Amino acid sequence: MEVPILKQGAVLIATFQAALSDADLNQLRIGLVQQVVRFRSRAVIVDVTAMDVMDSFASRTLREISHMIRLRGAETVIVGIQPEVAFAMVQLGLTLEGVATALDLEEGLAYLNEKFKTTN
Amino acid sequence: MSAAEIRVAINSDQDIVSARQKGRMMANELGFSSGDATLVATAISELARNIVSYARKGQITLKMVNGLNRQGIWVIATDDGPGIPDIRQALRDGFSTSGSLGLGLPGVRRLMDEFEITSQPGRGTIVAVKKWK
Repeated sequence: MEVPILKQGAVLIATFQAALSDADLNQLRIGLVQQVVRFRSRAVIVDVTAMDVMDSFASRTLREISHMIRLRGAETVIVGIQPEVAFAMVQLGLTLEGVATALDLEEGLAYLNEKFKTTN
Repeated sequence: MSAAEIRVAINSDQDIVSARQKGRMMANELGFSSGDATLVATAISELARNIVSYARKGQITLKMVNGLNRQGIWVIATDDGPGIPDIRQALRDGFSTSGSLGLGLPGVRRLMDEFEITSQPGRGTIVAVKKWK
Protein backbone atom coordinates (compact mmCIF):
# COMPACT_ATOMS: atom_id res chain seq x y z
CA MET A 1 0.00 0.00 0.00
CA GLU A 2 1.47 3.33 -1.07
CA VAL A 3 1.50 6.22 1.34
CA PRO A 4 0.40 9.41 -0.41
CA ILE A 5 2.88 12.27 0.00
CA LEU A 6 1.47 15.74 -0.62
CA LYS A 7 3.70 18.73 -1.28
CA GLN A 8 2.47 21.97 0.18
CA GLY A 9 5.04 24.73 -0.26
CA ALA A 10 8.12 23.86 1.76
CA VAL A 11 6.24 21.15 3.69
CA LEU A 12 5.66 17.52 2.72
CA ILE A 13 2.64 15.80 4.20
CA ALA A 14 2.59 11.99 4.36
CA THR A 15 -0.69 10.37 5.35
CA PHE A 16 -0.46 6.88 6.85
CA GLN A 17 -3.15 4.29 6.26
CA ALA A 18 -4.34 1.82 8.90
CA ALA A 19 -2.81 -1.35 7.52
CA LEU A 20 0.80 -0.57 6.72
CA SER A 21 3.17 -3.50 6.53
CA ASP A 22 6.85 -3.28 7.47
CA ALA A 23 7.71 -3.19 3.77
CA ASP A 24 5.37 -0.21 3.27
CA LEU A 25 6.99 1.59 6.19
CA ASN A 26 10.49 0.94 4.86
CA GLN A 27 9.48 2.20 1.46
CA LEU A 28 8.01 5.32 3.00
CA ARG A 29 11.16 5.99 4.98
CA ILE A 30 13.24 5.97 1.81
CA GLY A 31 10.64 7.81 -0.27
CA LEU A 32 10.19 10.61 2.23
CA VAL A 33 13.87 11.35 2.58
CA GLN A 34 14.30 11.32 -1.22
CA GLN A 35 11.44 13.77 -1.64
CA VAL A 36 12.81 16.06 1.06
CA VAL A 37 16.04 16.20 -0.96
CA ARG A 38 14.27 16.59 -4.27
CA PHE A 39 11.97 19.43 -3.23
CA ARG A 40 14.40 21.00 -0.74
CA SER A 41 11.60 20.72 1.79
CA ARG A 42 11.99 22.39 5.16
CA ALA A 43 9.61 20.13 7.00
CA VAL A 44 7.65 16.88 6.91
CA ILE A 45 4.36 16.20 8.61
CA VAL A 46 3.52 12.54 9.11
CA ASP A 47 -0.20 12.15 9.72
CA VAL A 48 -0.93 8.90 11.59
CA THR A 49 -4.60 9.63 12.40
CA ALA A 50 -5.74 6.49 10.56
CA MET A 51 -3.22 4.17 12.24
CA ASP A 52 -4.97 1.91 14.73
CA VAL A 53 -1.82 0.15 15.93
CA MET A 54 1.61 1.63 16.49
CA ASP A 55 3.93 -1.21 17.35
CA SER A 56 7.67 -1.21 17.97
CA PHE A 57 8.55 -1.34 14.29
CA ALA A 58 6.26 1.51 13.23
CA SER A 59 7.48 3.57 16.15
CA ARG A 60 11.13 2.92 15.35
CA THR A 61 10.53 3.80 11.69
CA LEU A 62 8.95 7.13 12.65
CA ARG A 63 11.91 7.89 14.90
CA GLU A 64 14.34 7.03 12.12
CA ILE A 65 12.45 9.16 9.59
CA SER A 66 12.55 12.09 11.97
CA HIS A 67 16.27 11.71 12.67
CA MET A 68 17.19 11.28 8.99
CA ILE A 69 15.21 14.34 8.02
CA ARG A 70 16.84 16.33 10.82
CA LEU A 71 20.22 15.44 9.35
CA ARG A 72 19.00 17.03 6.14
CA GLY A 73 18.32 20.19 8.12
CA ALA A 74 14.54 19.82 7.99
CA GLU A 75 11.90 19.25 10.68
CA THR A 76 9.48 16.36 11.20
CA VAL A 77 6.22 16.52 13.11
CA ILE A 78 4.10 13.43 13.81
CA VAL A 79 0.44 14.35 14.05
CA GLY A 80 -2.78 12.56 14.94
CA ILE A 81 -1.68 9.79 17.33
CA GLN A 82 -5.02 8.51 18.63
CA PRO A 83 -5.57 8.41 22.42
CA GLU A 84 -5.92 4.59 22.48
CA VAL A 85 -2.80 4.23 20.37
CA ALA A 86 -0.87 6.58 22.68
CA PHE A 87 -1.99 4.51 25.68
CA ALA A 88 -0.88 1.25 24.08
CA MET A 89 2.45 2.78 23.02
CA VAL A 90 3.25 3.90 26.55
CA GLN A 91 2.30 0.48 27.98
CA LEU A 92 4.60 -1.11 25.44
CA GLY A 93 7.40 1.30 26.36
CA LEU A 94 7.47 3.30 23.11
CA THR A 95 7.88 7.01 23.71
CA LEU A 96 9.08 8.54 20.41
CA GLU A 97 11.68 10.51 22.34
CA GLY A 98 13.19 13.43 20.48
CA VAL A 99 10.40 13.49 17.90
CA ALA A 100 8.06 16.47 17.63
CA THR A 101 4.35 15.63 17.85
CA ALA A 102 1.17 17.65 17.49
CA LEU A 103 -2.54 17.02 17.96
CA ASP A 104 -3.53 17.15 14.30
CA LEU A 105 -2.52 18.48 10.89
CA GLU A 106 -3.63 22.01 11.73
CA GLU A 107 -1.61 22.10 14.95
CA GLY A 108 1.35 20.56 13.16
CA LEU A 109 1.33 23.30 10.51
CA ALA A 110 0.95 25.97 13.20
CA TYR A 111 3.93 24.51 15.08
CA LEU A 112 6.07 24.63 11.92
CA ASN A 113 4.99 28.18 11.02
CA GLU A 114 5.99 29.33 14.47
CA LYS A 115 9.30 27.52 14.18
CA PHE A 116 10.11 28.98 10.75
CA LYS A 117 9.18 32.46 11.94
CA THR A 118 11.69 32.35 14.77
CA THR A 119 14.49 30.92 12.64
CA ASN A 120 14.05 33.40 9.76
CA MET B 1 -20.88 -14.50 16.26
CA SER B 2 -18.27 -15.93 13.95
CA ALA B 3 -15.65 -18.57 14.74
CA ALA B 4 -14.57 -18.87 18.36
CA GLU B 5 -11.11 -19.79 17.19
CA ILE B 6 -9.06 -18.29 14.39
CA ARG B 7 -5.64 -19.38 13.24
CA VAL B 8 -3.36 -17.09 11.30
CA ALA B 9 -0.21 -18.45 9.69
CA ILE B 10 2.67 -16.03 10.18
CA ASN B 11 5.18 -16.14 7.33
CA SER B 12 5.76 -12.51 6.37
CA ASP B 13 5.36 -8.92 7.54
CA GLN B 14 2.01 -8.78 5.75
CA ASP B 15 0.73 -11.56 8.03
CA ILE B 16 1.52 -9.37 11.06
CA VAL B 17 -1.04 -6.84 9.82
CA SER B 18 -3.58 -9.56 9.08
CA ALA B 19 -3.18 -11.19 12.53
CA ARG B 20 -3.68 -7.95 14.41
CA GLN B 21 -6.71 -7.02 12.29
CA LYS B 22 -8.33 -10.40 13.05
CA GLY B 23 -7.52 -9.95 16.73
CA ARG B 24 -9.17 -6.55 16.80
CA MET B 25 -12.24 -7.97 15.05
CA MET B 26 -12.54 -10.73 17.64
CA ALA B 27 -12.07 -8.23 20.48
CA ASN B 28 -14.79 -6.04 18.96
CA GLU B 29 -17.13 -9.03 18.64
CA LEU B 30 -16.58 -9.81 22.30
CA GLY B 31 -17.54 -6.25 23.14
CA PHE B 32 -14.13 -5.02 24.27
CA SER B 33 -13.76 -1.24 24.53
CA SER B 34 -11.92 0.32 21.62
CA GLY B 35 -9.00 1.07 23.96
CA ASP B 36 -8.69 -2.57 25.07
CA ALA B 37 -9.09 -3.79 21.48
CA THR B 38 -6.13 -1.56 20.59
CA LEU B 39 -4.06 -3.10 23.41
CA VAL B 40 -4.90 -6.60 22.14
CA ALA B 41 -4.11 -5.68 18.51
CA THR B 42 -0.80 -4.10 19.55
CA ALA B 43 0.19 -7.17 21.58
CA ILE B 44 -0.62 -9.44 18.62
CA SER B 45 1.46 -7.23 16.35
CA GLU B 46 4.48 -7.57 18.65
CA LEU B 47 4.09 -11.35 19.08
CA ALA B 48 3.69 -11.88 15.32
CA ARG B 49 6.71 -9.65 14.75
CA ASN B 50 8.80 -11.81 17.08
CA ILE B 51 7.82 -14.86 15.03
CA VAL B 52 8.86 -13.20 11.75
CA SER B 53 12.08 -11.77 13.23
CA TYR B 54 13.32 -14.75 15.20
CA ALA B 55 11.64 -17.88 13.83
CA ARG B 56 10.65 -16.72 10.30
CA LYS B 57 7.37 -18.62 10.48
CA GLY B 58 4.83 -19.73 13.00
CA GLN B 59 1.22 -19.29 13.94
CA ILE B 60 -1.04 -17.00 15.93
CA THR B 61 -4.15 -18.60 17.37
CA LEU B 62 -6.95 -16.38 18.64
CA LYS B 63 -9.54 -17.90 20.94
CA MET B 64 -12.61 -16.61 22.68
CA VAL B 65 -12.51 -17.80 26.29
CA ASN B 66 -15.11 -17.93 29.01
CA GLY B 67 -14.10 -17.32 32.59
CA LEU B 68 -16.25 -16.97 35.68
CA ASN B 69 -18.74 -14.27 34.69
CA ARG B 70 -16.40 -12.89 32.11
CA GLN B 71 -15.21 -13.34 28.59
CA GLY B 72 -11.83 -12.80 27.15
CA ILE B 73 -9.49 -13.28 24.27
CA TRP B 74 -6.63 -15.69 24.29
CA VAL B 75 -3.72 -15.13 21.93
CA ILE B 76 -1.25 -17.96 21.44
CA ALA B 77 1.88 -17.38 19.40
CA THR B 78 3.76 -20.55 18.47
CA ASP B 79 6.87 -21.14 16.41
CA ASP B 80 9.51 -23.82 15.83
CA GLY B 81 12.30 -21.27 15.83
CA PRO B 82 15.56 -21.13 17.75
CA GLY B 83 13.83 -20.58 21.10
CA ILE B 84 14.83 -18.17 23.83
CA PRO B 85 17.89 -19.30 25.82
CA ASP B 86 17.32 -16.94 28.75
CA ILE B 87 13.63 -16.20 29.30
CA ARG B 88 14.28 -14.20 32.45
CA GLN B 89 16.53 -11.86 30.53
CA ALA B 90 14.01 -11.59 27.69
CA LEU B 91 11.36 -10.54 30.19
CA ARG B 92 13.52 -7.85 31.76
CA ASP B 93 12.61 -4.32 30.80
CA GLY B 94 15.33 -2.45 28.98
CA PHE B 95 16.47 -5.62 27.29
CA SER B 96 13.60 -5.13 24.92
CA THR B 97 11.94 -1.72 25.06
CA SER B 98 12.19 1.13 22.54
CA GLY B 99 11.74 -1.24 19.64
CA SER B 100 15.38 -1.26 18.68
CA LEU B 101 16.48 -4.78 19.48
CA GLY B 102 15.01 -7.34 21.78
CA LEU B 103 11.70 -9.10 21.91
CA GLY B 104 9.31 -6.57 23.40
CA LEU B 105 7.99 -9.23 25.76
CA PRO B 106 7.81 -7.09 28.92
CA GLY B 107 5.73 -4.60 26.92
CA VAL B 108 3.37 -7.32 25.73
CA ARG B 109 3.02 -8.51 29.32
CA ARG B 110 1.97 -5.00 30.36
CA LEU B 111 -0.57 -4.76 27.54
CA MET B 112 -2.35 -7.98 28.55
CA ASP B 113 -3.82 -9.43 31.78
CA GLU B 114 -2.20 -12.85 31.73
CA PHE B 115 1.10 -13.91 30.25
CA GLU B 116 2.70 -17.34 29.87
CA ILE B 117 5.82 -18.30 28.01
CA THR B 118 7.54 -21.61 27.34
CA SER B 119 10.59 -21.92 25.19
CA GLN B 120 13.08 -24.63 24.44
CA PRO B 121 16.31 -23.74 22.69
CA GLY B 122 16.29 -25.36 19.26
CA ARG B 123 12.64 -26.39 19.58
CA GLY B 124 10.62 -23.21 19.55
CA THR B 125 8.63 -20.79 21.65
CA ILE B 126 5.02 -20.54 22.79
CA VAL B 127 3.73 -17.27 24.19
CA ALA B 128 0.14 -17.32 25.42
CA VAL B 129 -1.52 -14.11 26.59
CA LYS B 130 -5.05 -13.31 27.74
CA LYS B 131 -7.06 -10.16 28.01
CA TRP B 132 -10.32 -10.15 29.94
CA LYS B 133 -13.18 -7.88 29.04
